[in-house]
Amino acid sequence: MSADPVAENMPAVIADRPATAVAAPTRRRRRRRPSLWHLFLAPTALIFVIPLVQMMLASFSPAKDLVTFPPPFIPSRLTVSGYIGLFTGTGIVRWLINSTIVAGTAIISNIVLCSLAGYGFARLHFRGRNFGFLGIVATIMIPTQLLMIPTYILFSKLGLLNGLGAAIVPWLATTFGIFLMRQFFLSLPAELEEAGMIDGANRWQIFLRIVLPLAKPALATLAIFTLLGAWNDLVWPLIAINNDAAFTVQLGIANFQGSRRTEWSLLMAANAVATAPLIIFFLIAQRQFIATMTFTGLKA
Amino acid sequence: MRDTVTGWGFVGPGTVIILGLSIFPALWALWLSLEKWDGFSQATFVGAGNYQKLITDEDFWAAVRNTGLYTVLFVPASVLLGLFLAVALNRKIRFIGVYRTAIFVPFVASAAATGILATYLFSPQYGLINNVLRRLGVPAQGWLEDPHQAMVVIAIMSLWGQAAFTTVIYLAGLQDVPGDLLEAARVDGANRWQSFWRIVWPHLSPITVFVTIWQTIGAIQLFDLVYTTTRGGPLDATKTIVYFLYEKAFHSLQFGYGSAAAYALFVITLGITVVVVVYARRRGMEAF
Repeated sequence: MSADPVAENMPAVIADRPATAVAAPTRRRRRRRPSLWHLFLAPTALIFVIPLVQMMLASFSPAKDLVTFPPPFIPSRLTVSGYIGLFTGTGIVRWLINSTIVAGTAIISNIVLCSLAGYGFARLHFRGRNFGFLGIVATIMIPTQLLMIPTYILFSKLGLLNGLGAAIVPWLATTFGIFLMRQFFLSLPAELEEAGMIDGANRWQIFLRIVLPLAKPALATLAIFTLLGAWNDLVWPLIAINNDAAFTVQLGIANFQGSRRTEWSLLMAANAVATAPLIIFFLIAQRQFIATMTFTGLKA
Repeated sequence: MRDTVTGWGFVGPGTVIILGLSIFPALWALWLSLEKWDGFSQATFVGAGNYQKLITDEDFWAAVRNTGLYTVLFVPASVLLGLFLAVALNRKIRFIGVYRTAIFVPFVASAAATGILATYLFSPQYGLINNVLRRLGVPAQGWLEDPHQAMVVIAIMSLWGQAAFTTVIYLAGLQDVPGDLLEAARVDGANRWQSFWRIVWPHLSPITVFVTIWQTIGAIQLFDLVYTTTRGGPLDATKTIVYFLYEKAFHSLQFGYGSAAAYALFVITLGITVVVVVYARRRGMEAF
């Protein structure tokens, strides 16, 4: 998937489009019949949230509710016994800390490394630039499954397996991040930096003092992409980590399915705990999440 | 000279990590695929042996069929659902923000969470779905425990989690449809249905090509949801190519054979991408 006109015009798209895509409905209320679209949208919206509502309700249900027939949608009484079982009987606290470390490190590292690389590829002229960027572009075509076996062997030789490092290292820098930051920096007017040059600042000073402070929207997009990817990653931790103490929260709850298959209130509590942080982030920063999805879609 | 040092100072660390963790392992996987190796004993070079074994392996072809079934179930549904939801959500009516949030929020649910949720919602005895069907007079279904239905359930849950993605992409595309063109069509007496198919839909075609490719690539790589729901069962009905690869490499420690399967996956992905792009070009859609 080569560079195309869409990608070249990207910056305007990231900057403007998502905002209009989620623009709040205008308050100007004209007197007319309610739209017929409500008849479609309301049930659809309900279908999309019901699984999450069911998850929350089930997590607060007494264990016997969830294995009665037919099961009540609304719990017969609210109880936190599922959560108590989860926090006292499993390693969930450890796993939540692990996932926070993995996602946190990944976000910081991506922000640093991808904004540096994005700026370099966008603005600097140096030997090997095109070659380096071509290499990055080529990685889009490589499915991650192709990398699992050699990376596993490599990490085993480096002694990284079964520790948090195994989950962190593949997330230190991402192709998505470099693309995103490069497109963003290409969209900035060069005059800003030229003014800095005239004042005698070098590239690093220009980058840190002039360019980076303007990049906050793009950095937010990058942070969300990395958070979603690193927090929700399952297959790689599954392969690389075989040690309870280094499980991520996703790996931990995925393994419950074997061992605690019938403890539904505990499973749903685990599910709620693993998902709630992202849901809360989503509700706070919906716009940025949508910008992230839009860019994922338009980057290729 | 100084420019080169500065330039690589900026791009070096990120580039080295990405290339080191993708181009280098990809080439290594190619070499591995020509060997027979369990990770411990001496590797033996077998040339194309693994690939020959692969094309005669009944289990591999079953995995290809299962993956194909999922792709056929998931991709068209996800593209159409995304288009439909985008059109529905692209208007200024009351509660539209609530509708958007409700439809988009499942996007953040992980495969692990979605899998556990699917197992509960589609549980034959206790699940909400069968409970609703029972009220409607439909007999209880086996869902994830039925070899004929398990893949359908996985596709439904994927749609639930990923509808937001195609919808958002189409929403962005709808913003680009020139308003004056629609206005002109309206003046000329076109109804909404006609303006959609004559103006909006052709305008969205590059996006349609893109999301089709993107979702197809994702579908061919299905693993996570299978692992968190059926683990390949019942009766291997949901064993996909990546699941096959995972078992060969990390359960049976056949690193060479697993690498060959990974390269087969790569070639299939590449092939489908090329076919879609060529088809789109023939149809006059300028997507790539």
